[in-house]
Formats: sequence, C-alpha cells, structure tokens
Amino acid sequence: MKVTRRQFVKGGVAAFTVTFAAPEFLSDLARAQGSHARNLVVLYLSGGNDALSLLVPYNDPFYYSRRPTLAVPAGQVLQIGTDSSHVALGLHPRLTGMKQIFDQGRLAFVQRTGYENQSRSHFTGTDIWSTADPNNAQATGWVGRYLDSLPSPVDPLVGWNTTSALPHVLQARTAVPAIASPAGYAFSSPNSGAEAAAERATAVRIASHVPFDRPELAFVYGSSQAAMATLDRVATVAGYRPSPAYPASGFAQALQAVAGAMTKGIGTRVFYVTTGGFDTHSAQNVNATNGAYYNLMATLNDGLFAFYNDLKNQGLLDDTLVLSFSEFGRRISENGSQGTDHGAASVMMVMGGKVRGGLYGTAPDLSLDPKNPTLENAAGDIHFETDFRSVYAQVLDGWLGTDSTTLLGGNFRKNTLTFI
Amino acid sequence: MAATRDRQIEHLLRRAGFGARPDELETYREMSISQAVDTLVNYESIADDVDSFVGKPGYVNTTIRGQFAPQSNIVDARQRWLFRMVHSNRPLQEKMTLFWHNHFATGYAKIAGAYGATEGARYLAAKASEDPGKVRGQIEMLRENALGNFRDILTNIAKDTAMLVWLDGRTNTKAKPQENFGREIMELFTVGVGNYTESDVYAAARVFTGWNLARPGTAADGSQHYEFSYVAAQHETTAKTFSFPIYANGSNTIPARSAADGLQDGNDLIAALAGSPNTARYLAAKLYRFFVSDFGAVNVTFVDRVASVYLQSRFDMKAVMREVLMSPEFWDPAAYFARYAWPVEYVVRALKDVGWIGFSVNDALTPMSNMGQILFEPPDVSGWDTGQAWFSTGAMLARMNFAASLASNQKFNLATSAKVSGASSSPDALLSHFIDELITAPLDSSVTTELSGYLRATGAWTGSDAQLQAKAPGLVHLIAGSPEYQLV
Repeated sequence: MKVTRRQFVKGGVAAFTVTFAAPEFLSDLARAQGSHARNLVVLYLSGGNDALSLLVPYNDPFYYSRRPTLAVPAGQVLQIGTDSSHVALGLHPRLTGMKQIFDQGRLAFVQRTGYENQSRSHFTGTDIWSTADPNNAQATGWVGRYLDSLPSPVDPLVGWNTTSALPHVLQARTAVPAIASPAGYAFSSPNSGAEAAAERATAVRIASHVPFDRPELAFVYGSSQAAMATLDRVATVAGYRPSPAYPASGFAQALQAVAGAMTKGIGTRVFYVTTGGFDTHSAQNVNATNGAYYNLMATLNDGLFAFYNDLKNQGLLDDTLVLSFSEFGRRISENGSQGTDHGAASVMMVMGGKVRGGLYGTAPDLSLDPKNPTLENAAGDIHFETDFRSVYAQVLDGWLGTDSTTLLGGNFRKNTLTFI
Repeated sequence: MAATRDRQIEHLLRRAGFGARPDELETYREMSISQAVDTLVNYESIADDVDSFVGKPGYVNTTIRGQFAPQSNIVDARQRWLFRMVHSNRPLQEKMTLFWHNHFATGYAKIAGAYGATEGARYLAAKASEDPGKVRGQIEMLRENALGNFRDILTNIAKDTAMLVWLDGRTNTKAKPQENFGREIMELFTVGVGNYTESDVYAAARVFTGWNLARPGTAADGSQHYEFSYVAAQHETTAKTFSFPIYANGSNTIPARSAADGLQDGNDLIAALAGSPNTARYLAAKLYRFFVSDFGAVNVTFVDRVASVYLQSRFDMKAVMREVLMSPEFWDPAAYFARYAWPVEYVVRALKDVGWIGFSVNDALTPMSNMGQILFEPPDVSGWDTGQAWFSTGAMLARMNFAASLASNQKFNLATSAKVSGASSSPDALLSHFIDELITAPLDSSVTTELSGYLRATGAWTGSDAQLQAKAPGLVHLIAGSPEYQLV
C-alpha cells in the first residue's frame, strides 16, 4: 500500500515542482482572488464510524435485540423525523448542536453510503474512499485530482492539511502543506537579527534551486520551498482570535485554524480535518457520559457546532461546505466486548450554508432475514444503497463547479441526491 | 581508498544504526565490510550496558521529573529509547527494534486508556529487571528478540499484554469472537492484503478465542499486573478452515479440539503464517524499504533471495539480516542516500553529527511529534506512513527547526571544534569543515554557493569567537535542515 502510494507521488514530481515556480507572485494572485469563493472542508472520521450509533433507527426492534448493551434508548435520541421509507431516525443524544444545525436546514445525512464488496480493512478501505476507485486503492486522491484540475499556476496554499501527514485523499500532483498548528508554522534560527534574516534568506534561496535531475531529492525540495513560500500568510492565521472560543480538542482547534484561514482570506480553498478513535471494537460505551463513543460524539458535535457558529458570525457559512466520510460502517450486532467489528455501508454528512439539509437515502432494515436486501454478509452488515461516489459527484458538480465524470472516471450522478 | 571505506562504513551505520558517533566510526573503519556486518549482527558479544550510562557525564542528557522512570512513565520511556539509539554499541539491535515497533505498531494511548498512564508505559517499556511483577514490556520483548526467530516473535506478540489490549484480544471469547487481532495478524503482520479472505478473518478470530488476560500478583508490593492467560472456557472448539494451508500435509483445517487443548489452535495458525512464502516476501519487501532503498520499485531479485533465506533458515532474522546487509543491492552506490530518513533517524543522526553534550533528548520529543513521529504512538496498527509521506511542509519545517534548536544548543561546542580544527581561517574553511562533519547526499553546487554566500553575508570575515559562535550554528542549521541531509 505505502510502496505504491510513494510510486505515484514520484510519477508526479516534475509537475509538482513546477507548481512552486513563483511563490511571491502566487500569493498576490491568491489575495487578489478574494475570500468569497467556495471552500470545501473534508472531514475524515478515522477508524470506521458506527453509523447506527450516530443516526439511530430507534423504532427498529432488531436494533435493540442485536445491540443489547450498545443501543441508544429510544427515549434518549434526538428525533429528526423520518426518511423517505418512513423509518424514524434520531441523532445520538450528545449531538445537540448538530441537531440545531439540522433544524436550521443546513445539515444533510446520506444514509447507507458505500460500494459493492466493501473492504473491511482500515487501510484498503481508507484508500478506496480517498481515491474514489474501489478497483485501484493506489490511485491519486479524488480531492487531489480536483486541485490538479485547477488552472495553473496553482497557489501553494490552495489546500491546507491540518494533520502532520499528507492524507491519501489529497495526494496528487498538487502539493498541499501540512499545517497542524498555525502558531508552530514558523522558521526558527539559532541566531537573531541580521544573522537570522541571512539564514532565512539563504534557506529560501537553497530551496529555490530544485534539482530536477534528481526527482526523489526534488520532492524534498518541494516541501522546503512550499514551507518557505507559505510562512508569512500562515502567520496571519495564527493571530485569529474567534469569539466565542473553540473547545480544546485537536479537532476543534483544527477547525478554528480553518475558520481563521477563511476569515483572513489567505486564498485556501480546500481543507482537510480529521477526528479519530472510531475503531470501537470494545467498550464502545455509546450511552454513558464520558463513554468512548459518547466522547467521540462530544468531540464531533462541539467542534462542528463551534465552527458553524463562527462561520455564521463571520458571514462565511454560505461559502463553506463540510463533507464527512469514514472507511466503513460497523457490524450491526455487537460483539462480546461491548463493541462492534468492521462492517460495510455507513452514513455521510454534509454541512454548510448552501446545503439542503435533511435525510437522504433510506435506513437499513436490521432484521436477520438473510434475504433482507438492505443487508449483506448473512444480514451481518449494512449493504450500500448510495454509491459514495455519487455524493462526491454532487460535491464536485454542484459545489466546486467542475465535471465529476472526469475526476471520478465515470458518471456517478444520482438525481435523488439534491443536498446542494 | 580510506575515503571509500569511510563512505561505506558511514552508509552501513546510517542503515544498520542511526549514523555514526566519532568513536563508532573509529571502531568500524578498522574492519572489513564483512567483519563490520558480523559485528553488527552478532551483537550478543557486545555488552548490553547502555542503560547504565543514562545521566552520566559525556552522554546525551535526559530530563528528569522527580525520578527517571521509563518503566512507568511514557515520556521517560521515549527518552530512554532515544538515549539507546544515540549511545548503544549494538546499533542494529536498536534499529531492528524500531523496525518491529513499526511492524507491530502498538499505541500507548489505548493501553493507557484501558489501564491508566503508569500501566500503559509499563506494558510497553518496562524491563523485567526493574518491575516488581517482572513485567517485560512489548518493546523490551522486541528488543530481546530483535534478531530472533520470527515465529517466536509472532507467538510473543500474540501473547503480549499491550497487544492483547491494542487489538482487543483480551475480550475475544467464544460467544462473541473478536476479529481485530485475527485480521491484522494476517493483513499487517504476516501474509499481507490479498493473501487471505474475509472468512479467514472470522476463522482466525475463533482460533484466538480465549487468548485473554489474567491479573496475578498483589497490589501491595506492586507486583500485580495483567499478563496473557489462555482461558479454556472461552475457547471456541470447533474446526477452523482457512483458504490457505495450515499444515505441512496441505490441510487447510485446524481440527476441532477440546477446550483444554485449544491453545494449540493459535500455535498452529502462527506456525502456518510464519512459514508462508507470502510472509517471507512481505517481510523481505519491508526490509528492502527499511534498509536498502525508498526509491523506485522494490527490487524483486532482492525479495526472492531474502525470502528464500527466511524460509530456509526457518525464520531466523539474524540470517535474514546478514543477507540484507551483505546484499549487492545494499552495497550498490545508487542505494547510498536512497532512503528518506524517518524523524527518529533524522534526530539521532543529527545528534551524532552535531553533538550531544548538554542537549536533552527530552527536547527532541515535541519536534519529533511535529515531524510526524511519536515513539510508542504510531498513527494506527499499520505503522507510520514512510518515505515521501514524511515530507509535508509542516514536517519539513519541523526538521529545519529542530536543526536550529540543536545548533543553538551546541553553538559553543561547534565554534570551539571549528577553531580547534583550524576552520576559523576563512569562510570556505568553515564550510568544508562542516560539510565534512555532516555528511549528506551529494550537495548540489548551488547549495554550497548559497552556504558560502551566507558565511559572507553579514560582514567581513574575522574568525573571531563571536563570529564563529554565530556562523557555525547558522551553517549547521542550514546543512542539517537542507533537503540533502534528509536522505540517509
């Protein structure tokens, strides 16, 4: 997996390095583009989110019989109505902020998203959701391909990855800087004053001489060059002081940086954020305050709600779309460890000022009948109804204004998906 | 010729170790290549006394909060491991332990979440000799078996307390088999994706039912601890059939056994996985990436040869590593500087090259996190994304900034060593001195021109102490932060 991922990155080195030809000019260009453009925030729930604990079919008796210790009691869910198949659904009780966003019509759930023969491997699964190609887990990332499709020269800050390693979904020719913390994204020196300035100027000049004849080394030069070219603009984001303050979680702090980048108008269009811990094989503890899954929901809810309100205050909500994914859903029946093992289809979320909120797709029927068409694997896992690429297609066509058939290698448009 | 030998020895020690301290270079440069490889591989003959030098003058510092307690404090465990990497005279043992740590990637946070911070550090890093319950943490097990038999390593890892928490084996019972370990032992530890089926995952989960934890010892004397226990009553006793052979006669089925004999199911599966040609090739390819080259495709000839040594030697990692380090692919000049240094390799080599007296390894931990690597905290069970994946902009900046802080910390040592070496006479003398101290992949002439320009940038050259104390660390910062220095 890693080997081939490296290989394709290498294949794109020549184009990649050219991207950084004129950083000074490019940052001016980015500023000139202004802040009013459509932003995409890709949110990865790492580990395989248990859709049935997030969006609960609280009238399905099999939900309770198959999850004796994990089911959310019907009386505790946050009811959000019924889907087109008349299944009543409720949010996990900790998602009070997201319930408000849903009620304001700005949050959509797309149920039973996945693909045929869904991988139960974290790594292959994440690769497939990232490449949008179940037959080629080593391809470029679909968001990376979108960035590659933008007219060049592409600004080195067009994307912002809030984690320290480049996620597969962003891997393509266009380099995306990793900026886990804007405040930590600065150039230090053993000296001060003129001496430090001379060091920095030298580092910038060294990075500018990209050795095209040594592509593996040129790749590292690309990182150096992009770092030096983005320092000053990122420094402006470090000064962003939102009110009210965001929670302290890494997820919320990453969203704060995203909001800061948008507010400061530094030209970034695509952001990547993640929150982990969803691989709940044991002690999933959905219901107890400070239980494992309860805490996952708290982190998710509090971060997203702070972000939503911040963007609303800044007048940026209409410019922003958040799209979530996870590598798989989890098995319907709980295991002996009060947890759930790797499953198949899951739920995707889309949030933003221009989103038509609501429930898309239909909930699974959790009965154990092996012929139940909404399930697979001897009624053990949820079978997909909406190909995940149909959701990507809607985002690419409807939000980013590009041609999804080119970037996804086929027509995955689905006319019942109208969340944008 | 001497220069060629030095280049070879440096290459060997960058790969089989973490670079060369001056004293290591002196020791190894007297040897032939095959003597040097033998010395690295047969490290049992060298004293394993590195831990006794923690806190002693002349060694890299550690930062003590109250008491240095690597057996119960994860930060101290990280410090101790970095200390070993800098100062051990068994460099391959530490390097191989890192390889296994990435291979069986077990994360502290989940263990600590289950049993608390102290216990989390204990099950990962305690030495039996320092634990009241004789707990041997996972990294100590891997270190003791660094060049041991792979089947034994697999057996040990399947019974390792931290692993039983990390991949939930502790809750794998016959009523509800738990698939986490059963999946990953095939996907990540042995045969790799594509060489097992989903139904193999279910079967493997059942094989390991009852491989749980017990808690002997007493709380009063601190000996109480969790350790592997086969719980016969929780073992699922029916036959388990796989898509691949389990036994030498070609049978794919582990027979139904009594609960009392059920432990043998796991031993049979482990033996089958260890002996699989797919495992041999999977490990050989990983060893190629870790020891030989990140560039281009994995060399198929190398994989064939190393896989065959693995199988013929019955999984003896010492024989395997001797083959790796003597291989023509390893000694191909094109393999020199053909790997992207992991953050831990970068940091330790920089300490060995730049100097460590007065520097605490504790001050490398946050920078390493910013570079994308926290020891005992891999991002997930597949380990770290290596190679080019290390080089995000933020991570590259973190490397440059670590070089700055180390150079700043060492500024007087650097200035003094330059002066003593007669390198203070001119900017070019200083430049050639430090280019020699910090060996990098061949520097483009544009880089040396820029470095030379830096030395002349802020005023006429006087060679004064004050100037050396600014220019020497500034130069070291720029070299150790250069793209060329990121290759090993």
